[in-house]
Amino acid sequence: MILLWLILIPFIGGLLAWQGERIVGRGFPRWIALGTMLVALAISVWLWFVGDWSLASVGGVPQWTIEYQASWIPRFGISLHLAMDGLSLLLVVLTNLLGVMAVACSWREIDRNVGFFHLNLLWNLGAVVGIFLALDLFLFFVLWEMMLVPMYFLIALWGHNAPGGKGRIYAATKFFIFTQASGLVMLLAILGLVIVHYQQTGVVTFDYMALLKTEMSANVEMLLMLGFFVAFAVKTPMVPLHSWLPDAHSQAPTAGSVDLAGILLKTAAYGMLRFSLPLFPNASAAFAPVAMWFGVIGIGYGAFLCFAQNDIKRLVAYSSVSHMGFVLIGIYAGTEYALQGVVVQMLAHGLSAGALFILSGEIYERLHTRELSKMGGLWARFPYLPPIALFFAIAALGLPGLGNFVGEFLILLGSWPVNPLITVLASTGLILGAVYSLILVQRAFHGAPPEGAPPLKDLGSRELSMMAVLMVLLIALGIYPQPVLDTSAAAMHQVHSIYSAAQALTGVTP
Amino acid sequence: MSFTSELFTALSPILALSATIVAVMLAIAFRRRHTANATLAVIGLNLALAACVALIWTAHPATIVTPLFVVDGYAQFYMALILVATLATATLSHAYLENASGEREEMYLLLTLSALGALTLACAQHFASLFIGLELLSVPLYAMIAYPVKGHRPLEGGLKYLVLSAVASAFLLFGIALMYSQAGSLGFSEVGAYFAAGGTPIALVGGAMLLIGLGFKLSLVPFHLWTPDVYEGAPAPVATYLATVSKVAVFAVLMRYFVEAGGYYQASLVQVLAWLAFASMLVGNLLAVRQNNVKRMLAYSSVAHFGYCMVALIAGGPLAVEAVGAYLLTYVVTSIGAFGVITLSSNAGGERDADVIYDYRGLFWRRPYLASILTAMLLSLAGIPLTAGFLGKFYVITAGVDAHLWWLLGGVVVGSAIGLYYYLRLMVSLFLLDPSKHRFSAKLDWAQRSGGIMVLLAMILMLVLGLYPQPFVQLLRIATLMPG
Repeated sequence: MILLWLILIPFIGGLLAWQGERIVGRGFPRWIALGTMLVALAISVWLWFVGDWSLASVGGVPQWTIEYQASWIPRFGISLHLAMDGLSLLLVVLTNLLGVMAVACSWREIDRNVGFFHLNLLWNLGAVVGIFLALDLFLFFVLWEMMLVPMYFLIALWGHNAPGGKGRIYAATKFFIFTQASGLVMLLAILGLVIVHYQQTGVVTFDYMALLKTEMSANVEMLLMLGFFVAFAVKTPMVPLHSWLPDAHSQAPTAGSVDLAGILLKTAAYGMLRFSLPLFPNASAAFAPVAMWFGVIGIGYGAFLCFAQNDIKRLVAYSSVSHMGFVLIGIYAGTEYALQGVVVQMLAHGLSAGALFILSGEIYERLHTRELSKMGGLWARFPYLPPIALFFAIAALGLPGLGNFVGEFLILLGSWPVNPLITVLASTGLILGAVYSLILVQRAFHGAPPEGAPPLKDLGSRELSMMAVLMVLLIALGIYPQPVLDTSAAAMHQVHSIYSAAQALTGVTP
Repeated sequence: MSFTSELFTALSPILALSATIVAVMLAIAFRRRHTANATLAVIGLNLALAACVALIWTAHPATIVTPLFVVDGYAQFYMALILVATLATATLSHAYLENASGEREEMYLLLTLSALGALTLACAQHFASLFIGLELLSVPLYAMIAYPVKGHRPLEGGLKYLVLSAVASAFLLFGIALMYSQAGSLGFSEVGAYFAAGGTPIALVGGAMLLIGLGFKLSLVPFHLWTPDVYEGAPAPVATYLATVSKVAVFAVLMRYFVEAGGYYQASLVQVLAWLAFASMLVGNLLAVRQNNVKRMLAYSSVAHFGYCMVALIAGGPLAVEAVGAYLLTYVVTSIGAFGVITLSSNAGGERDADVIYDYRGLFWRRPYLASILTAMLLSLAGIPLTAGFLGKFYVITAGVDAHLWWLLGGVVVGSAIGLYYYLRLMVSLFLLDPSKHRFSAKLDWAQRSGGIMVLLAMILMLVLGLYPQPFVQLLRIATLMPG
């Protein structure tokens, strides 16, 4: 029941915020939203402390620390089946944490229709939490599509019309159509899987646990796996299906970007770990080289395009493409090191990209531009913001001692036995990452300030405390990642054991 | 044959509606009073609906009433659906015509007459009743479309519908005649047995002509050309009726024809129909993208929606009837809501309906709940989960996957993606801030009026269908057909 509440709390909070604006006042929705997300965060952290996250699978069947099931549409064997293991827990904590940040960072940025804004933000967060908990494929799909609508509104109604871009409605519509259409392909694959299962057993069910052991021919398995893969690849985003991401980011409000980069991209990686690999291990193993090459292309292409960007948010967006390439490689390498690295990388990227987007928002609030060519010399005009931005930029480039390094290092370490060539090529991404991160810092902050430029208002205590929390967490993740690794170990071991058996069958021996 | 009470019970919805027609006609002849006449029609429709619900509730067994009619679970379900949609149209008409000048009362007479035709179609198991029902459904519609007789567009729409509908009827009749010449009977089951045993090319040509006639009513591509003009010209409540009742009734009889009269045995025609469905999905959606007129956009989107629905019909198999029922149910609820909002924003006194996208700009900041309803309805038309439209699309895709219709499902996916574009375009304009003044807005107290209450009910029903569809799924399972 606590799992259901984790989903419902943001939904209820959103409704309260919407109605509260009219009844109480304009500032009210912010407090309601902040309170709601803090409660959700507190619950998820509390679950982390009290739960036992090391349950090993029994006979190849995953074990869940917390589980909830209620009947929904028995005609098709659909139920509200929610469950939480270490992987879900970490991502739920990340979602709720970044949710708090997203509410906090739009405190001053959003000044019209505050209530409706927070309704959309909280509903989106609630749906994402649901994705991380759903164990019924129908429910998963419903939530997968559900999160799009509020995100669409966030971009379309509170976005910026960045100069040179095609406008926020264009970006929002593109985002929606890309994800919705690929989602429908996933629906076809889900139904295909259910019908294959039905033909074998005579039972119609969408339950993950029942479908896990479905036997199917290699061709069918490959087709169904590709159906899932398309949806996840669009969301990851994998080059060449990434073109919605820079547009969406450059037009989205800060909270939308934090949400998009920090959380939404992780749903795709989660989907691969939870659904693609365990449901279709053989096809995934056979497909792994292709997916990993796409990952390499993404790393290189994303990093390369970063150089060409003039808009800070587009730059950070392309760096996300690059970082998610590592995640793709790690997932399909499938060794325990690589999978653990994927988890850390997801958390670290969520924190660092979220922070960079918040900082971009702060700069935009003060300079009213996000173009690097109009910046330069900011170091002299702010005392705090530039060093903080430098911190997150070097976190993003993977400096040892910070979370991203742990993730990327584990991924590369784990991928080496599977495919050394890909690992070598992927590690060039670290170098490219260093270059573009430093270019960002150099172009924005260094150099002489323009003549007569007034000093800018520096970060306030709200902004500083947000940054401090994110910095502490990134350092903690970099120096002592063991609690995180322990939490996700059992879940990742489960994925690994299913997947490695298939790898052995297809001849890819790690 | 003698009429027993059993038969009267089975036929009670049709009888109640017939009595209503007479009563409304007499009432108009006696004294013209808009609200009183509308109320009378609504009471009659409610009685018919109550009779229908009673039949479903008591699980009244399938009854054959003369060779022309059968009242089985399938017929009961569609009669109820048709009556609900007609009721919605009646309340919307009342809201719409309130400020109109001229004769307003005949609308309810025409509406109930047309609904009688629709009920006939739902029960038809004979080509004669099919034809009578179809004509009875269409002829009052000519007048309803052209009801604001002083307008240019309504007259044009009405005339267009009249001419093309007559052509379609001619095709239909000729097709029926050809089938009769081969099968020697007009009953669905006899014709079904004939097709099951093989069938000649002449009978196949007959089947094709029948499909052309019905395809016109369903506005499948390439028989869709009338749709946008007629929807645009028709007064908003009549457009609601066109989009819901007239299509649902025709689809119901088409489904019965396929299951009972051997439509599925004509494999080559099923193949052709698959192409028509594919074309409808793509062409309907692509043409809708270019529209700035909301009614024209919804017209093209209905072309696409009946393409989706056709996929379920083509899939055949045990799930097809249930899937078609689910799709039509969800489509009707959603269309009533969407057209309902348009109707409430317009009124017959104005020179045109509120049907340009620009009229809806910023509606959310003027009428938040009304705009929320339209948003939800558009999301439902787009098939986003937790709305009714998703249930329908889910059923269609399930039926399609079950029958391995991969290329048609590809059409569904591509069509939905294109569809999103124009639904979103209208949806986001509801929320944009708008500097200019507006000629069109629903009355402030819209929610307290019958039309508004009806739209609210449609909204609630739509959400229930999306969130907890199980009771409706049970209902759909009653409405099955057995191949004859």
